[in-house]
Amino acid sequence: MIAQAIQTPRPVLPAEPETARPKLIIENVSKRYQSSRAAVDALETVSLDVADGEFVCLIGPSGCGKSTLLDIMAGLTTPDGGRVIADGQVVQGPGRQRLVMFQESALFPWLDAFGNVMFGLKLKPDLTNQERRDIAEHYLRLVGLEKFQHAYIHELSGGMKQRVALARALAPDPQVLLMDEPFAALDALTRDQLYDDIQRIWQESRKTIVFVTHNVREAVCLGDRVVLMSPGPGRITQIFHIPLPRPRDINSPELAGYASQIAAALKGITGRGAVSE
Amino acid sequence: MRRAFVAFLFFATLVLVWELAVRSGRWSAVILPSPVSVAEYLWASVLDGTLAEAIWVTMKRLLVGYAIGLVIGLPLGLLTSTSQILEDTVGAMALGFQTLPSVCWVPLALIWFGQSEGAMLFVVVMGTVWSVIIATDYGARSIPPIFARAARTMGSEGLHRWTRVILPASLPFLVTGMKQGWAFAWRSLMAAEIYVTILTGFGLGHLLHYGRELNAMEQVIGVMLAIVLIGLLADRLLFSPWERFLHTRWGTNVKAS
Repeated sequence: MIAQAIQTPRPVLPAEPETARPKLIIENVSKRYQSSRAAVDALETVSLDVADGEFVCLIGPSGCGKSTLLDIMAGLTTPDGGRVIADGQVVQGPGRQRLVMFQESALFPWLDAFGNVMFGLKLKPDLTNQERRDIAEHYLRLVGLEKFQHAYIHELSGGMKQRVALARALAPDPQVLLMDEPFAALDALTRDQLYDDIQRIWQESRKTIVFVTHNVREAVCLGDRVVLMSPGPGRITQIFHIPLPRPRDINSPELAGYASQIAAALKGITGRGAVSE
Repeated sequence: MRRAFVAFLFFATLVLVWELAVRSGRWSAVILPSPVSVAEYLWASVLDGTLAEAIWVTMKRLLVGYAIGLVIGLPLGLLTSTSQILEDTVGAMALGFQTLPSVCWVPLALIWFGQSEGAMLFVVVMGTVWSVIIATDYGARSIPPIFARAARTMGSEGLHRWTRVILPASLPFLVTGMKQGWAFAWRSLMAAEIYVTILTGFGLGHLLHYGRELNAMEQVIGVMLAIVLIGLLADRLLFSPWERFLHTRWGTNVKAS
């Protein structure tokens, strides 16, 4: 079947002074998974621009291709059509400029917390060993784990693991941070605290962040924009701007207003999705 | 302390039952020697050095054969885990030969190498290498793919990914493979020593064999005990440190021991 050229609405960039070039340009990206029984259009001509320093949340029901899109941005998956341009360069494989934080911490159990943060730093040849150690310590302090430098991974709680994973992703100073439901497996209390932390760290470091989630409140709490995706085929259906001031409290009523609006849109999608399946 | 006492009681009872069976006089000493005569044999062979020499000869063969088995088996296992072609060829061969009891290599070894150290080594390597390949292959396949993905995004590619991610990630499985290889090497060597009678070195298996030839049952049982003890000791010395290391790092009791 020929992919229909449905033009997903080009997002209007927030009218900020330095609207030079978007950090990430996703151009008509398609991905199709072929199994022996069926072909699944994971993504169909998806386009999205992400500005420098922007926090974008991708949300949608399972199967809408949000994680696939993140993998393509990371360079871990090659798209069947279209391309991703990061800093003016077409993404052809994974690179240190776009680090990924996964749902499971993906920390290496044979290294301690410090060793895990050092892993990416050791792959940067332009640093001296002392610089690497200082950077690793700095980021462990930033996520509040300076006392747990030499703890092994299994000794850490779920929230602490994700903090180490965050430090590991931040330490090599990537331009873009790609986060794939990083807090999904954590309890609500730990999550609430991490929302504060991630907002603080984001405001300090001004990284560009693309954050995949299926939690509407989480998306509204963190994102400058919330990109709603729908399954079968995976595409972008709606983009919400969240002009709330920061830092945001996930339990604030203003936030709940936006969340219910997006939740309603999401419900519309899942309703349709269930019928078409 | 309590556990040690219970264990001691168990083994003491076992020896007592044995001694009582001997005292009953139903079996001749050729069939069932008394625990005392076994102890006497062991003590005498310790004193005159035959036991120490046999252990030395056996361990030398074992370590050389085992090392060769590992050097061949570990890389092959890692390779078969990554390549479909190698899995279908080398992997299938390993699976087949692993089912072959190592004693079955003895006739072939005798014809190819004669009554020699080479024959002995061949049997040990053949007994070891296949199980190491299979255990390593299985282990490398069990590495969570997320480790490799995370490593790739941090810029780890090629040799770096192999030495810094794949290898340490598969360590728990490599240790299992090495342990299994050790068990197989040990069994193969005993088979080889019992069946390959050579004059270049008198191993534990030979002591066992000649104990039977001479109807010296206390020697047979004494050597068997020595073999059991060496097996236990090797497990402690060779693998316990690794397992402790894995336990502190991974937090999982990879293999309780």
